[in-house]
Amino acid sequence: MKNLLRHITLLLLLALVGIGSLHAEEKEPLDVKSFIFGHTSDGYCFHITEIKGKPICVWLPIIVHSKETGWHVFSSKHVCELAEGETYQGFYIAPMTDPKHPGKLMEVTPSGEIKRPFDLSFTKNAFGIFLVCGFMLAFFLPAAKKYKKNPEGTPTKYQGLVEWLTYMVLDGIISPSIPKSKVPKFAPYLLTVFFFIFFCNLFGLIPFFPFGANVTGNLSITLVLALCTYVAVNIFGNRHYWKDILWPDVPMFLKFPIPLMPIIELVSTLTKPFALMIRLFANILAGHIIIMVLMALIFIIGGMYGAGMGGATSVISIFMMVFMTALECLVAYIQAYVFTMLSSIFIGMAQEGEESEKIKDKR
Amino acid sequence: MELFLPESGLMIWMLIGFLIVLFILAKVGWPMIMGAVTKRNQHISDSLLAAEEANNALAGIEAAKEKALADSKAEQLRIMNESQELKKQLIEEARQEARNEAEKIVADARLKIQKEQAEAMSQIKAEVITLSVDIAEKILQRELSDKEAQTEYIEQLLKDRPQIEA
Repeated sequence: MKNLLRHITLLLLLALVGIGSLHAEEKEPLDVKSFIFGHTSDGYCFHITEIKGKPICVWLPIIVHSKETGWHVFSSKHVCELAEGETYQGFYIAPMTDPKHPGKLMEVTPSGEIKRPFDLSFTKNAFGIFLVCGFMLAFFLPAAKKYKKNPEGTPTKYQGLVEWLTYMVLDGIISPSIPKSKVPKFAPYLLTVFFFIFFCNLFGLIPFFPFGANVTGNLSITLVLALCTYVAVNIFGNRHYWKDILWPDVPMFLKFPIPLMPIIELVSTLTKPFALMIRLFANILAGHIIIMVLMALIFIIGGMYGAGMGGATSVISIFMMVFMTALECLVAYIQAYVFTMLSSIFIGMAQEGEESEKIKDKR
Repeated sequence: MELFLPESGLMIWMLIGFLIVLFILAKVGWPMIMGAVTKRNQHISDSLLAAEEANNALAGIEAAKEKALADSKAEQLRIMNESQELKKQLIEEARQEARNEAEKIVADARLKIQKEQAEAMSQIKAEVITLSVDIAEKILQRELSDKEAQTEYIEQLLKDRPQIEA
């Protein structure tokens, strides 16, 4: 009986969320697309809430370089609060409905031309990156210090946690894919990548300041990560690896006079990191979008059929969102795992030839 | 679509942030953790080996102890048996001695008795002689009436007298 009462109260509370749609009804209907992309893409400020139409934000610095007027550094407060048609120092933020640069900082040049300046603003995602960086340093460095101070002492619980996390990646992902002698060389990069992605994913799921930046669901970030793997694979790849690309063991007509196989191999070196980039980006973005859509659904239904239906939808929607968020926690780990595992496999493949060559020589 | 276009500004921030963390952790983070754990693993396996050796040594000591204990028990048993034997022997010896002593005493006593018997015999002999002399005296006194025979007999008796005295 008590349990039943509790369940009913919970349902009613969930339905209360739908009452918000009553409020939304009075205003213009929700623009779902800009709502979702406004939350999942990068931004110039941390939007917390709105009180009486005034946004409550954490403002971040805007750093831009314009070809005409040089460097500009100012708080995003100035441009975020502009009315339509106004500019601050010749800059304004394009609306989310803008077809070319939605939500980006635009410049109106003295000649009246509108263009995108070089934008080095410390955006929401940049903030998210440095938050994760700071967290990683704060999490791993004290452990390293403790180990350095007392390498053979009994590890504390905190050290045990760090050790467990590190060795989960090291023994589970890195060691099986990379030749043993090369592990110390590449493990630092792969460990850093794993925990960077993992913490970014997790922080991205926490919906309030200072978390909630959709870092790994942004192509720029996954591009840099994929680039790092590309460098690690190809710059540190050994002679054997390059020989396999430029002069593979295939019939002569496939590599001379038209270097068909070398071209395919070269392209494949690019497609590997490209796939890494897209996979991580798409998975995380999709997760965020699904959660946002489920949230928006309450207001869409509420707008269409009234607050009652909105309330009813909110019950289902919120259950689905809880489920999706739990799923996203899993995805956060899986995607970090997959990225690291594929990176180590690619790196391992670029390192392996040497040892098999040695074996051949011995024979 | 904007979503699928990388932002150069964000990429620069990302590169800066990520490379800083990578550099710091690669220099003073991961190698320390990995090194310490490897070292500790080595230490643990070494310790386990040492413990096993110590255990083996302990087992040897245990066996030696066991053996010493068994030996001492056997020794104890042996000593006990020996003492038992000794005791028996001593008792036997004492018994023998006592027997000898007793025999000696008996022999002595027998000798003494014999001596005393002899003495008594000689005494009795003397007594018998005096008695017989007395009796003879009395008889003689009565027989003196027959003079001639009497004198002859007396003379004979006188002749024999020193013999009797002796």
